[in-house]
Amino acid sequence: MAMTMNGDFVLPADKATVWAKLNDPDVLRVCIPGCQSLEKTSDTSFQATAKVKVGPVGATFKGKVNLTDIDAPNGYRISGEGEGGVAGFAKGGAVVKLEEVEGGTKLTYDVEAQIGGKLAQLGGRLVNGVAKKMADEFFANFAKAVSPAQA
Amino acid sequence: MTATEIGAPVRRKEDFRFITGKGQYTDDINRPGQSYAYFVRSPHAHATIKSIDATAARAVPGVLAVLTGDDLAADKVGGLICGWMIHNKDGSPMKAGAHPALAQGKVRYVGDHVAVVVAEDYATARDAAEKVVVDYGVLPAVVDMNEAVTGKTVIHDVAPDNRVYDWSLGDKAATDAAFAKAKHVTKLHIVNNRLVPNAMEPRAAVGDYDSGTEQFTLYTTSQNPHVARLVLSAFIGIAPEHKLRVIAPDVGGGFGSKIFIYAEETVCVWAAKKVGRPVKWTADRTEAFLSDAHGRDHVTDAELAMDEKGRILALRVKTKANLGAYLSTFSSSVPTYLYAPLLSGQYDIPAIYCEVDGIYTTTAPVDAYRGAGRPEATFVVERIVEVAARELGQDPTAFRRRNFVRKFPHQTPVIMMYDAGDYSASLDKALEMADYRNFGKRKRESARKGKLRGIGFSAYIEACGIAPSAAVGSLGAGVGLWESAEIRVNPVGTVEVLTGSHSHGQGHETTFAQLVSARLGVPIDQVSVVHGDTDKVQFGMGTYGSRSGAVGMSAISKALDKVVAKGKKVAAYVLEASADDIEFKDGRFQVAGTDKSLAFGEVALQAYIAHKFSGQELEPGLKEGAFYDPTNFTFPAGVHICELEIDPETGVTTIERWTAVDDFGHVINPMIVEGQVHGGIAQGVGQALLEGARYDANGQLVTASYMDYAMPRADDLPSFQVGTTVTPCPSNPLGIKGCGEAGAIAAPPAVINAITDALGHEDIAMPATPQAVWKACQKAARKMAAE
Repeated sequence: MAMTMNGDFVLPADKATVWAKLNDPDVLRVCIPGCQSLEKTSDTSFQATAKVKVGPVGATFKGKVNLTDIDAPNGYRISGEGEGGVAGFAKGGAVVKLEEVEGGTKLTYDVEAQIGGKLAQLGGRLVNGVAKKMADEFFANFAKAVSPAQA
Repeated sequence: MTATEIGAPVRRKEDFRFITGKGQYTDDINRPGQSYAYFVRSPHAHATIKSIDATAARAVPGVLAVLTGDDLAADKVGGLICGWMIHNKDGSPMKAGAHPALAQGKVRYVGDHVAVVVAEDYATARDAAEKVVVDYGVLPAVVDMNEAVTGKTVIHDVAPDNRVYDWSLGDKAATDAAFAKAKHVTKLHIVNNRLVPNAMEPRAAVGDYDSGTEQFTLYTTSQNPHVARLVLSAFIGIAPEHKLRVIAPDVGGGFGSKIFIYAEETVCVWAAKKVGRPVKWTADRTEAFLSDAHGRDHVTDAELAMDEKGRILALRVKTKANLGAYLSTFSSSVPTYLYAPLLSGQYDIPAIYCEVDGIYTTTAPVDAYRGAGRPEATFVVERIVEVAARELGQDPTAFRRRNFVRKFPHQTPVIMMYDAGDYSASLDKALEMADYRNFGKRKRESARKGKLRGIGFSAYIEACGIAPSAAVGSLGAGVGLWESAEIRVNPVGTVEVLTGSHSHGQGHETTFAQLVSARLGVPIDQVSVVHGDTDKVQFGMGTYGSRSGAVGMSAISKALDKVVAKGKKVAAYVLEASADDIEFKDGRFQVAGTDKSLAFGEVALQAYIAHKFSGQELEPGLKEGAFYDPTNFTFPAGVHICELEIDPETGVTTIERWTAVDDFGHVINPMIVEGQVHGGIAQGVGQALLEGARYDANGQLVTASYMDYAMPRADDLPSFQVGTTVTPCPSNPLGIKGCGEAGAIAAPPAVINAITDALGHEDIAMPATPQAVWKACQKAARKMAAE
């Protein structure tokens, strides 16, 4: 099942800080909802484990995350593939762009993902709702992480 | 108490049990020491299985076993079979890929069975399944039939272009010649939407093995337990038939989906010996969506040739049938011999030619669903006939009437020999009941309210009473489709009927008992019907294809004849008369022309006491069996009229009136028949307006729950006006034709013909959801604006 999602967020930090945090596994680990581990396997790849619950389906996803199309400090494409066992799988990516704006940096994201198995069977309404909530949660966490008080 | 007559609207004997929660369904059965199975299913539509690591799952406390396709292969358990061989145009056999009960090397649809976890309880099995690590090599999904036949992605190596068969029926040359001289040709592109069966009770199985007697028992949600035993024994190789008992207890609806022999029940009965414990599996609703064999899914191009007066000269049909990822038990026959032979409809069509391609895709297997092939045929015929009438500017009822078959028997150009019918009689009665005369007035009233009113007809025919064994054998069926019955009269005169038919909602416990009561004069509450257990009942073929009345009850009727004949002999000894002089009437054996008589119960008792005759002269006891093999299909037919109103602002369609006039031949219990008609119409309306199974391009089923798959509800339906006409079926002793599928066959074209009548154009596909209808309304509006 195809899933698309996009949006933007203004973060209270300069572009260089936001870029650094976007590449910091420790920051990402804290910000990704349900993330249990995120290990750097190379400069542009990570190994991740995250616990996700969508309606009645709960699963631990294990997978690889790769960064491509890196255009420091303006953006990248983050893509991944995760297997959630009986719950199904998810693969896809997001194009992330940073832009200086008044009061900080505007982060724009554009997600395109494919989900399969039990997650897809739950239906688009439920899955899209949860995905949007998780994205909101991520950016709320990320905003905290990059705000000057934290930095 | 007296006998219950044929034709009496007797209330269903089984309903007290069902509505008070006393039904015994497969999931209600619990065996001592029972364990629970949970299936690991593929999340991918198409993938190789590189490895399965079950180490962590096996280590979970309470897990008894994790079994895979390798274990099945090691035990030499055979694959699931397709029991109907179809031949290609060139005479070569169809290409059927292997269908292991647990995947071996490859998965081919989302929900395909990869492994089974057996544990002390269901929750443990389910949790441990999360720990089974499957390494998949993902392959491209193939969902679209046109893409499948390019062969870019091969699902089964045996079928390199994913074509199971290319089959044809009819006379191509004669059809082409008729088209060449036609004055008018109507063309129509038709999609028959894929459906999920949605029986109220999900599938379930309990496998049991007794190591002392080496006896297997399988409790399963089956419409045909003997066929299940035959397949599990002779083909899959679980155990010889005498060591395998199959019990199909109360079954909560099937609609065809429980005819087939599935992976889960095969695995449960096999695993029971493997783990040394009974193994139970009950599908959750999502599993039912994923793995019950789906229905329909045809894409068809049809052409109808007519002369200058609108007489039909020929029909040419080209159909692609989606068979899914594997061939289910009878899937090959549904779009071929259960479909094309019905393309003559109620019409005298001199030439018909039909080509069907059966195509593999990476989707759930597709097989028989209420009507099985005949709804698809009826949809083609009744849509194209309606469109042809519109193109010729003729009243659609007059057009139909002009082309009706009038003389019987009538040999169609596509196998079937219609034996009896009066199609004009049903049409006349339906038009009267529907008040067709005043439809124009009602349409104008709707228009004043800003609504679009339409009327649609469906003059359907179906072939039921499946089926004459020799006929289906010559067409490729693996077995004949006769039925069996045994009548056991107890010494006190009560009667047990053992039938090879299986009731899963049809009310056999009532209608079968009603027949026995009427014939023997025994009160209906002294007759019980036994079915669904291979240890109790002689071999039988089960229930599908509206066959239990026409074939199952005919077998009972034949056995009753034998009971009466034997009873006469017993009475003759007791009454000291010649058996030839004994008459049986109103439940009494009487010496003709005298007042000497015995009640049925007295004769039964004498048959068992056996003092009045020696066993050398006459065998004691009163028990007779019969196998009945029909000589022809039966041909229920009728006219359904749907009148509806569309709100062009919202696209919401409201069915205002529904008239059904059916000719089912003789009717045993009109109340049960009417119930069958109601249910069938509801399912047909569901297909036309609401239901549609959708896979996305990656082969993910995106309509896998009731959030995304709409079933018809009471408020989607009007009160039905149901009537009947009667031409008795000449080919069986009861004159019965069968009624179980009629509504589902008749309804979809009636709805779509009504919607297209309201819209003023033909461009709408099923399901005609409010969104689709709203879009179609915009098109009509644009067309008018352009004019």
